Amino acid sequence: MDEPLSAMTDTASSGSSLSHNPLGLTVELGRDEPIRLDSGVVLDSVTIAYQTYGCLNADKSNAILLCHALTADQYLADPHPITGKPGWWNDLVGPGRLFDTDRYFLICSNVLGGCMGTTSPATINPATGKAWGQDFPVITIGDMVQVQARLVDYLGISQLFAVIGGSMGGMQVLEWCASRPERVFAAIPIATAARHSAQNIAFNEVGRQAVIADPDWREGRYMDYGTKPRRGLAVARMAAHITYLSEPALHRKFGRNLQGDRDAFEYGFGAEFQVESYLRHQGSTFVDRFDANSYLYITRAMDYFDLAAEHDGQLANAFKGTQTRFCVVSFSSDWLFPTVESRAVVHALNAVAANVSFVEIQSDKGHDAFLLDEPEFHATLSGFLEAAAARRGLKPAAGKEGTP
Amino acid sequence: MIMSLGSLRVDLRLIADMVETGSRVLDVGCGDGTLLAWLGRHKDVDGRGVELSMAGVSAAVAQGLSVIQGDADTDLKDYPSGAFDTVILSQTLQATYAPKTVLNNMLRIGRRAIVSFPNFGHWRVRLSLGLKGRMPVTNTLTYEWFDTPNIHFCTIRDFLVLCEDLGITVERAIALDGAGGVLPYDGRGCVANLLATQGLFVLSRKS
Repeated sequence: MDEPLSAMTDTASSGSSLSHNPLGLTVELGRDEPIRLDSGVVLDSVTIAYQTYGCLNADKSNAILLCHALTADQYLADPHPITGKPGWWNDLVGPGRLFDTDRYFLICSNVLGGCMGTTSPATINPATGKAWGQDFPVITIGDMVQVQARLVDYLGISQLFAVIGGSMGGMQVLEWCASRPERVFAAIPIATAARHSAQNIAFNEVGRQAVIADPDWREGRYMDYGTKPRRGLAVARMAAHITYLSEPALHRKFGRNLQGDRDAFEYGFGAEFQVESYLRHQGSTFVDRFDANSYLYITRAMDYFDLAAEHDGQLANAFKGTQTRFCVVSFSSDWLFPTVESRAVVHALNAVAANVSFVEIQSDKGHDAFLLDEPEFHATLSGFLEAAAARRGLKPAAGKEGTP
Repeated sequence: MIMSLGSLRVDLRLIADMVETGSRVLDVGCGDGTLLAWLGRHKDVDGRGVELSMAGVSAAVAQGLSVIQGDADTDLKDYPSGAFDTVILSQTLQATYAPKTVLNNMLRIGRRAIVSFPNFGHWRVRLSLGLKGRMPVTNTLTYEWFDTPNIHFCTIRDFLVLCEDLGITVERAIALDGAGGVLPYDGRGCVANLLATQGLFVLSRKS
């Protein structure tokens, strides 16, 4: 499942009229100019798997990069090739929708270290002819963004109209704005933070230890044995999944209801409560689509993220002189990336007199709210994008003039 | 009620008239961004807003304005000095926790400030307290004492004394009646303090 899915390497010439590639695209980067990671390791070949939607316009000014979260991937608006489920922002992408494919050229790539076709621990290490496993270099959010920037170079785009993402995707948005401000016209970091908190590092560590404690992990070389640390990775997902929700959301969905049509306890350790059964299901289905080593590497990349630390301890320094227009969004019941984290970003942006909007959306759905149907959230994004597009000189899609 | 003139409330129109074309403006407590939108359209202003309510911020951002959810007490300290030509605080000063800090911050980040607030020295207020012995509920002070967000009421005279204490120059003072009409303003503000339901002041820092 961790083999590249691509069939259409190098077909996305810039400015092409392709509008959709259900099979997925890949491109090999780094051959001409090696990719130096933050750890100091140099990779001279990185494959990046990505999807595009819509068409790049003549002056290449309508590209939006969408950055996915920890366990998502480039299948923004396609059925997932393994689960068959709709893409993670499927309902927002399409003609006339928030991310209007008649107007924008959308790019979504699998992050470095991800397991849907981009170079990762499951990829063959050219030096050994075997999968990298734990020999894969440790990566950072900055490394992920560097590889994305190479993809954007390859597509011939000098400035992205917008970079948008939630959670870890939001970290990438902030990293883009700090490291390549001239390449980002507008930025929407959602439900995210400029640094991973101690609590979040702690949760990640629980997940990693669950994987590592599974005997089937085999020091990260499980692929050599034809096994997978299924139990460990499932437990990691179960713990993480709780952090994506909220107490009210869990209560509304499950309460203390018992499994099936039971009305009495069984006095055992089976899945007595519906919430247990739900989490077990989340864990076991996750294992089918995600690679355990990828999970270790990507969570580690999040832990390392601290934009202020990279700028003399002052977050504002990360954005000094920025011309990017920002729309920061948080959700009131998100306790994984609480509003206070978004406010810290907003205050830093205010300190450099940046052009910034910020709204905390009232929702009881927790961190996952950014992936769910939240009309107020979508209205805010739509208004911000519309205004930014007008500033950028992007015309409304054909047939929609006069109805902004 | 305050009258509407050309789609902009009279007090907002007065404020709008004082804003220079092409200037940088921060509107603190901007609501749904009505004033900012007007200033952007008619005066080519580079405007930013701060607003407490999600509905207000959403409405403002949805019409393309740059507005952050926050309030005057917590969100002014981060702006750099001199970032704006004008900082506006309309009908909000009395609801802040630390009005002195807010005023100082406004005149730090802006070259000048425009502040309006309900006048607690108005004769109806005095009458209500003095004769009836009740907290005033009037057209401009619509809340009962137990549900009011207004925690730091002041009179026009109180405000002028505070400005003096803080070394703030009052460049212009306007007294408004209940209908939003402009009343004559006397030198020390004593008549305005009796007749005006709200005061509107343009402030700058003594240099």
